[in-house]
Amino acid sequence: MEAPREKAFRWIRVYWAMGIIILVTLLCTSVMGRAAEGWHSVWNYRIVFWKGWLLTIFLSVASLLLSCLVGFAVAVARRSLLIPIRSAAFLYIEIERGTPFLVQILFLYYVLFNFIGLENRLVAGVILLSLFSGAYLAEIIRSGMESIPASQLESARAIGLTTIQIYRFVIGPQALRQILPPLAGQFASLIKDSSLLSIIGLGEFTLAAQQVNSATYCTLESYLPLAMGYLVLTIPISSAARFLETHLNYET
Amino acid sequence: MKLEIVGVTKSFSLGKEQRRVLNDLSMHVEFPHVLGLLGPSGSGKSTLLRIIAGLEVPDSGSISLDGEIIPAEERTLRDYRRSLGVVFQAYNLFPHMTALQNVMLPLTAVHGLEENPARLRALEIMERLGLADHAGSRPAALSGGQRQRVAIARALAAKPRFLLFDEPTSALDPEMTAEVLQLIAELRETGTPMLLVTHEMGFARKVADQVAFLADGKVLEHSSAAKFFSNPETRQAAQFLEKVLAY
Repeated sequence: MEAPREKAFRWIRVYWAMGIIILVTLLCTSVMGRAAEGWHSVWNYRIVFWKGWLLTIFLSVASLLLSCLVGFAVAVARRSLLIPIRSAAFLYIEIERGTPFLVQILFLYYVLFNFIGLENRLVAGVILLSLFSGAYLAEIIRSGMESIPASQLESARAIGLTTIQIYRFVIGPQALRQILPPLAGQFASLIKDSSLLSIIGLGEFTLAAQQVNSATYCTLESYLPLAMGYLVLTIPISSAARFLETHLNYET
Repeated sequence: MKLEIVGVTKSFSLGKEQRRVLNDLSMHVEFPHVLGLLGPSGSGKSTLLRIIAGLEVPDSGSISLDGEIIPAEERTLRDYRRSLGVVFQAYNLFPHMTALQNVMLPLTAVHGLEENPARLRALEIMERLGLADHAGSRPAALSGGQRQRVAIARALAAKPRFLLFDEPTSALDPEMTAEVLQLIAELRETGTPMLLVTHEMGFARKVADQVAFLADGKVLEHSSAAKFFSNPETRQAAQFLEKVLAY
């Protein structure tokens, strides 16, 4: 377990980093002599930032829920006794993890979704992000399931539990503890990856900042809040992941 | 209780190699109390126990318990397993549950008891096994002997018709071994038939009524414990006893 002193140090480091970024910004802007002016014009667009930021949160949470379902289903399919199901799951994971997310967005959105007439960008965005993240989650969930020793399954069978009960009472709770830290990490990645959806014109946080930038021509003042807005979301998650890593381990 | 094993064969593949663990094994046992299954490592005694426990299906041959043939199909096999209690070498408790939850799980999930009656039954058994103070502990907080006693409590909770022990003390130090063996000896008095795979010859001699000696996937000798230990019939059994009793 981590000493409280070290934990305090870690937070101090985070605050330092944020402080330095702000300081450098203020310095740069004041040297350029338009500190107040630039921030003023961007401040007028704060609603745009706010809406984009909220949409990014919504997009991330919705995709997280859906990608958990996808990930679980694919992880179970990977363990299936039926070879076609197992191969299909394997193929899905390889394709999703083997191609850049940007390429997937372009291909699926402009080719497949266009073909089937899916025009709602938000729905399309959630599906794209869930399919992408689901492939990573499937591997995380599978590794969690495989970390359960065979002896656990054997004694579950000896008691007479059914397969579903074995997942529910024995594999599930133990695997969940194992995968919570990487799961939190994956959620942080998902939030960051959602910024790529700006390419299809989904008005999330990144697109909002781009719009503010084109309206005001204040580059730094548009993109610095953008970076900070993501950090505000991801830093608590990654520190939660570290906390879980140190506190969820129990002896077996 | 009557256990009939007819021509059971079981092979495992190790890479490309097929290893025959049980080779046309047959045995008839009228259970008075305890049958000890003895034999050198690799003789197939654990595999035989696993097949009798319904955890493994033989390649050929059949086993029946009180005239009822052990099914090969998973659904019916599961019902069969539910009527037994199995205790493993490495306890195999569920580490994320307390001792009490471990004992309660088969009662609530498998045998359809409500939460409260299940808790009462579990606590009663744990009390009998000297575990009353440890009901709320996770397995990691218990000693090896205590863990094995919880595992025995879990096996006993659903009042099994047959108890199977697979080297229940092999993972324990001598003091804890004594603690668990003492408990098994006490269970003998309850009259539930028991099958015991063990390396503890002194214990087998004391507790088992009958002994089956396995070597190379066959039963070489099946007799009363008293006769087996004082006057083994086969050369292999005599050599085996000489070796394990030397120290």
